[in-house]
Amino acid sequence: MNAPPVTVSLVQIFLTFCGIGAGSFGGGISGLIHREIVHKKKWLSDHEMLAGIALSQIVPGANVTNTCVFVGQRLRGVPGATMALGGLLSVPFVATVLVYLAWDWISSVPLMPSVVDGVAAAAVGLNLRLGVVGAQRSFPKIVPILVTIVTFVAVGVLNWPIIPVMAVMAPLSIAAAWPRKSAHA
Amino acid sequence: MRDNIYFALFAVIAPFSLVAIGGAPSIFAPLQHETVDVHQWLTGREFVEMFAVAKFAPGPGAMVSTLIGYKVAGWLGAAVATLALFLPSSILCMAVSRVWDQHRGKPWHKAVEEGLAPVAAGLVFAGILAIFRMAEAGPLSWAVAVLVAAILTWRSKVHPFLLLGVGTVIFVAAALVRMI
Repeated sequence: MNAPPVTVSLVQIFLTFCGIGAGSFGGGISGLIHREIVHKKKWLSDHEMLAGIALSQIVPGANVTNTCVFVGQRLRGVPGATMALGGLLSVPFVATVLVYLAWDWISSVPLMPSVVDGVAAAAVGLNLRLGVVGAQRSFPKIVPILVTIVTFVAVGVLNWPIIPVMAVMAPLSIAAAWPRKSAHA
Repeated sequence: MRDNIYFALFAVIAPFSLVAIGGAPSIFAPLQHETVDVHQWLTGREFVEMFAVAKFAPGPGAMVSTLIGYKVAGWLGAAVATLALFLPSSILCMAVSRVWDQHRGKPWHKAVEEGLAPVAAGLVFAGILAIFRMAEAGPLSWAVAVLVAAILTWRSKVHPFLLLGVGTVIFVAAALVRMI
């Protein structure tokens, strides 16, 4: 097993994922994780992160918690994964119950729906950036670009179930990335 | 006898952890059936309200489970329900990640990583479409998302909370303009 690119303490992992959990609104969490872990802290590379996101969607469970477990495990093994998961869920755990208790008041505040929609739209922007980074890495190779487009159309536009689509697209894409034994030229 | 309710919560919710393939949206319908119709822990209206709360509060949408636990048995119930939903799948994911890491450095591992990245990018784009569809988002949502992505491309160090704030300000301003 190769060592992770950097040494990170368990406390750092916990605190980082506390921040990610606190800022995870409207389903746009993988973009936030990517920004914090890859861009800001440089704990993982783009490719490691994207592979982790793909794996997180194959394994059952919430995609976000799976991605956290993947990152934590990569950095510090099982204790790291536990810290990442605990950090991610700690703030939302308390916040969700408190919001529930105050819901009658919150839902009566004027403009509140606009606040929610605005936060959600911005969170999606973080995901959009992540998708663009992933797609950009493929250039100028044609096969990975096609894989991204076909996966998007099948799952996003046509609403096909994710598992069969991945069962076809992943092997094709991996085959295309397979190292050639006889190096060309 | 108080122990029984915690056990019941865990027993009802934990199986959903391992069937949620492709994320939380796939379990909302059966979770509602179990907790509302079968066990009558809450009403259908309450479930819908919890769904709205979980969307509003930070964290994964699956935090609906936390609220069901809270409704049934207070804070301890909330903790049990949260663990029930997230622990089994996380343990499985830990095992998968571990095996994945143990093979790091081998040529096939690199190829799989390389091959999965464009699939993931496609899934991320698909996820964006799914979120916007569920929220019945209009052109303003798209504009804000593109703006945020553009800001990040230009200045990658911007704090995400600032970006979330930008989205909020634009939406509130638009709502105020519509009111006038």
